[in-house]
Amino acid sequence: MFSAILVMAAIGLVLGGILGWASIKYRVEDDPLVEKVDAILPQTQCGQCGFPGCKPYAEAIAKGEADINLCPPGGDDGVKRLAELLGVEAKPLGEGMEPKPKSVAVIDENTCIGCTLCIQACPVDAIVGAAKQMHVIVASQCTGCELCLPPCPVDCISMQVIKEDVVNWKWRYPIHMMKRVA
Amino acid sequence: MSRTLFTFNGGVHPDGHKTESNGTPIRAMPLLSRYVVPMRQHIGAPARPVVAVGDAVLRGQTLGAAEGYVSTAVHAPTSGRVIAIEPCAAPHPSGLFDLAVVIEADGLDQSIAFEPLDWRALDPSALRNRIREMGLAGLGGAVFPSYIKLNPGAQKIHTLILNGAECEPWITCDDRLMRERAPELVRGIEIMRHALGSATILIGIEDNKPEALAAMRAAAPSDMEVVAIPTLYPGGGGKQLTYTLTGVETPTGGRSTDVGIQVFNVGTAYSLYRAVELGEPLISRIVTITGHVSNPGNFEVRVGTPLSDLVTAAGGMLPGASGEIVGGPMMGFDLMDSAAPVTKAVNCLIIKNSKLFPGKPIELPCIRCGACAKACPADLQPFEMYWYSRAKNFGRAQSYNLFDCIECGCCAYVCPSHIPLVDYFRFAKSEIWEREREKSGADQARIRHDFKTFRLEREKREKAEKFAKAAEKTKAAASNPSEASAAVDPDAEKKKAILQAALERAQKAKESVAPRNTEDLPPRVQREIDEIEARRAAVETKTESTE
Ligand code: SF4
Ligand code: SF4
Ligand code: SF4
Ligand code: SF4
Repeated sequence: MFSAILVMAAIGLVLGGILGWASIKYRVEDDPLVEKVDAILPQTQCGQCGFPGCKPYAEAIAKGEADINLCPPGGDDGVKRLAELLGVEAKPLGEGMEPKPKSVAVIDENTCIGCTLCIQACPVDAIVGAAKQMHVIVASQCTGCELCLPPCPVDCISMQVIKEDVVNWKWRYPIHMMKRVA
Repeated sequence: MSRTLFTFNGGVHPDGHKTESNGTPIRAMPLLSRYVVPMRQHIGAPARPVVAVGDAVLRGQTLGAAEGYVSTAVHAPTSGRVIAIEPCAAPHPSGLFDLAVVIEADGLDQSIAFEPLDWRALDPSALRNRIREMGLAGLGGAVFPSYIKLNPGAQKIHTLILNGAECEPWITCDDRLMRERAPELVRGIEIMRHALGSATILIGIEDNKPEALAAMRAAAPSDMEVVAIPTLYPGGGGKQLTYTLTGVETPTGGRSTDVGIQVFNVGTAYSLYRAVELGEPLISRIVTITGHVSNPGNFEVRVGTPLSDLVTAAGGMLPGASGEIVGGPMMGFDLMDSAAPVTKAVNCLIIKNSKLFPGKPIELPCIRCGACAKACPADLQPFEMYWYSRAKNFGRAQSYNLFDCIECGCCAYVCPSHIPLVDYFRFAKSEIWEREREKSGADQARIRHDFKTFRLEREKREKAEKFAKAAEKTKAAASNPSEASAAVDPDAEKKKAILQAALERAQKAKESVAPRNTEDLPPRVQREIDEIEARRAAVETKTESTE
């Protein structure tokens, strides 16, 4: 009971903090090009681009120090949009990089030992739990970065592909049956 | 009656095909042994199942309760037992399964005790709550929860329009309903008027339904006006009907309520009568089955009836059937799985054959003839929207007011190049929605990530400051030894002991769980883990010392 109150209070504090901090943070002017690049990056924060998050990669792109095809979660579409923004040629994703289907991490509740290691690894604070208590991943906030998988000492976190359902289903591109006009 | 009517731009005159199904009275369906009742039958959040597998249920009993504001309840179509609550085939263009409660009927068809409501004595908000529990949703096809539409809010709804246009070819369920049950329908309209407080009531019916017009005129009191409108597709579109009857244009991106007008389908009014005056929740509706079947016509169908059973009731498909359309040929979609049930949204099932519905002709390039723009009732430029949707330039497509497109299909109907324009628009719209979802997700992730970075930095800074302070103290103590031992000693001793204990515990914990994935790691990962471990130990120490 007490720990539950603590957890709720902690969540409240964190959320309050986010709000207060965001209002300050977004008043200051940042480099507009970095912001524009960052707006295109998917914010998965997975580090697959070789930078410790999307913002650092955005900064490197803006400075011309990194190529535009290093972000697998953004996929070819992301590369295309970056190319448009920067006025350069689009190109395929870098060697060995492939976008994976969108997934979220799931903690096996029976195996979790409440070690808090995954909480520290999660770049977006999508995991809630206190020491020695079962942890839960808030699916709507999980970016699918997989950073929480390696630290877990009991291997209880797995990635689950987000299934297509009647809500996120999309109409397909109409099949072209163009007649060639001579 | 001499109301001046207005004519909206565009529109087309497709073959009506009404006589195939409108000549016979509404028939009842035989009781089935199995019903599949989807939880998502309306716009908004699906209903939340409130029964469990194995439960006995009665007709009219709540199976799913409204969840959230934009939602409404779902009820059992007959008495029996819940045999499954699982994803089942659904009448959706994707053919994907959706959560449903499956009922095995006991054949007794016993109902709960229906409680009629004295709505005249009830205040509108209590009435609306009741309507929400009764599962009412718009039966014209949009299935928006009715209790929300019956809430005028801050806006005064001076005019209430009843949509009996039924402009789509082949569909005749509203026609038959108005012919056969006009008096009950009118009582439903009175309930609507009570909830909304509207002064003017207009009932719009296309002039290709003279019997329905006559029946409604006979039933309607003098303060409701039954208006014959010209037969022109899509005259039954909400915005088009509003304009035809009142000359008022609904603003771009807005609703008719913004201009003080609310539009309901006539079928909704009838179901409202049954829900309020008879106390019977929405568990059935009229459905047209037509096209290439033995006995086309209209049936009173319980929600949850598999469409294949509806086909059987109509005598089965004739040889040479080539597919099924849910809804009308202009706005409906091809059925992927005939196990899908009738829901509150399903008004018609058309059985296709290759003569009535020849395959789609080959698409030719757009010649920019402008015929589509002339036919568009929403005053859009379909060829521009098509051009950009096809090129996947969604921003530009949207700048041509893509979201004002009602997907009526007039443009594709007239296009001499046979371009399936609406398919492109639907594709573009769902891509844009997906991007919006992704973008708002990314924005949230960015804020949360930035905050985490900020928090870690703050913690580091605070720790550093603490260290610095402690160092200063030690320095001061060194210069003044007697005071130092008095001030620092007991505290430091205690801390040391706690730290030692924590380390030991951590060691033990490490031994007790065998971390499979922390062996044979590359040095970089090992270093990361070590760092995290150190941080964790530090955190634990801190918590211990504050306890
Ligand atoms: S790979 Fe893409 S999503 Fe991952 S951190 Fe880099 S920019 Fe962000
Ligand atoms: S829960 Fe795991 S996969 Fe999801 S965002 Fe956090 S670290 Fe990444
Ligand atoms: S009607 Fe067809 S061919 Fe003519 S402008 Fe429109 S899309 Fe192009
Ligand atoms: S489908 Fe859309 S673009 Fe085509 S005519 Fe109808 S409203 Fe206009």
